[in-house]
Amino acid sequence: MNYHWDWGIFFKSTGIGQEIYLHWFITGLGWTVALSLSGWLIAMLLGTVLGVLRTLPQRSLSAIGTAYVNLFRNVPLLVQLFVWYFIVPDYLPEPIQTWFKQGLKPEISGFISVVACLGLFTAARVCEQVRTGIQALPRGQINAALALGLNPWKTYRHVLLPQAFRIIIPPLTSEFLNIFKNSSVASLIGLMDLLAQTKQTAEFTANLFEAFTLATLIYFTLNMSLMLMMRWLEKRVKVPGLISLGGK
Amino acid sequence: MDFSSIVSALPDLLQGMLLTLKLLVFAVAGGIALGTLLALARLSSNRLLSFLAGFYVNYFRSIPLLLVITWFYFIVPFMLAWATGKMHPVGAFASSLVAFMMFEAAYYCEIVRAGIQSIPKGQVNAAYALGLNYHQAMRLVVLPQAFRKMAPLLLQQSIILFQDTALVYAVGLMDFLNTARSRGDITGQLHEFLLFAGVIYFVLSFIASRIVLRLQSKLAVGQN
Repeated sequence: MNYHWDWGIFFKSTGIGQEIYLHWFITGLGWTVALSLSGWLIAMLLGTVLGVLRTLPQRSLSAIGTAYVNLFRNVPLLVQLFVWYFIVPDYLPEPIQTWFKQGLKPEISGFISVVACLGLFTAARVCEQVRTGIQALPRGQINAALALGLNPWKTYRHVLLPQAFRIIIPPLTSEFLNIFKNSSVASLIGLMDLLAQTKQTAEFTANLFEAFTLATLIYFTLNMSLMLMMRWLEKRVKVPGLISLGGK
Repeated sequence: MDFSSIVSALPDLLQGMLLTLKLLVFAVAGGIALGTLLALARLSSNRLLSFLAGFYVNYFRSIPLLLVITWFYFIVPFMLAWATGKMHPVGAFASSLVAFMMFEAAYYCEIVRAGIQSIPKGQVNAAYALGLNYHQAMRLVVLPQAFRKMAPLLLQQSIILFQDTALVYAVGLMDFLNTARSRGDITGQLHEFLLFAGVIYFVLSFIASRIVLRLQSKLAVGQN
């Protein structure tokens, strides 16, 4: 069994124009980051709305949040991706459907499916964190806000959410890191993200150890740097006077 | 929507589900066993051992499971060939199983570690005072109590693992989801088959997580 080690492989030409294999990894990383950040945007917006719904006294509103979380947390990510990729486009209203299927480049429509999938999947997790954060606040906060004459909207906007977000930075960080890892499912519907580019390099060059080692290093570095960034943010915004929160 | 062809595909789907469950059971057993060893290593007073275990955990927690599954699919045959000098055909099932065990061990390790750390130090001291050695103290005193406390978390993680087994689609294993997808392709009823698969996954995970919740409140009462 002979394996031909060659760590210089990343600087060799792919045979397509001037490209070297390293370029594939860089564009792959670009897709991974774009997918994750777009998904995260949706997850934060929707997750916050749902998290707030779950803390409202109206039963019917909080039931919506609960149902959403139960549904999206109990179906595997890949099944959700297939639903967004194979099923949902067929039920779009007419002019949009043709545009989505034929007007858009396949990688763009695939991108939209993956972003919707990641965003809605992660929103369920963000929702739970936001709910926990709000419920962790002392009851006096909401009472004081209402006593000051703030309406419920303003109470959440100016009093509850700003504090809740600062408390939940650590669990949100791990969800944020998860979305980067989860975005690798994009490779299963043919998007050329970091994992797909790695597989392609491994297949083209037969240097699979080198290709997968580099991919691992990239994911590892990405993860570590995001984590350090979030730790820094957590320290910057910690709520003064709360010892258990915001790092030592 | 026409769900008629799902009925005739039920035996195949059942086969797929059996493969999913087989993968799950082995991965949970192997993952918890390896995870417990890792947790003991992380808590060991041997600096090197605890550093290595910590590195293992951080390493696997920072890369995607899908990357691990794909990578192992390629390298496990190579590793075996290097170790034994001969080529062995290794199926996608074996390589995926190794990938799941090693990946999940990192997550189980953290649960077990927290469980061990939640046991009062007095328990260990009492065990030593009774003349038990490290091995006996861990096996007879600390771990049984720790596992009782962390059972709900271990089960929760196993439900996540159940959902993650669907990722073996990447290496072409005919698990439940992949069987549903392929039958859907053949019969031209992909929508129905995918939705059916989704509903089954949902029902199983939902029931399992309800059971975990109940177990959690039961155990919580049991603790003084």
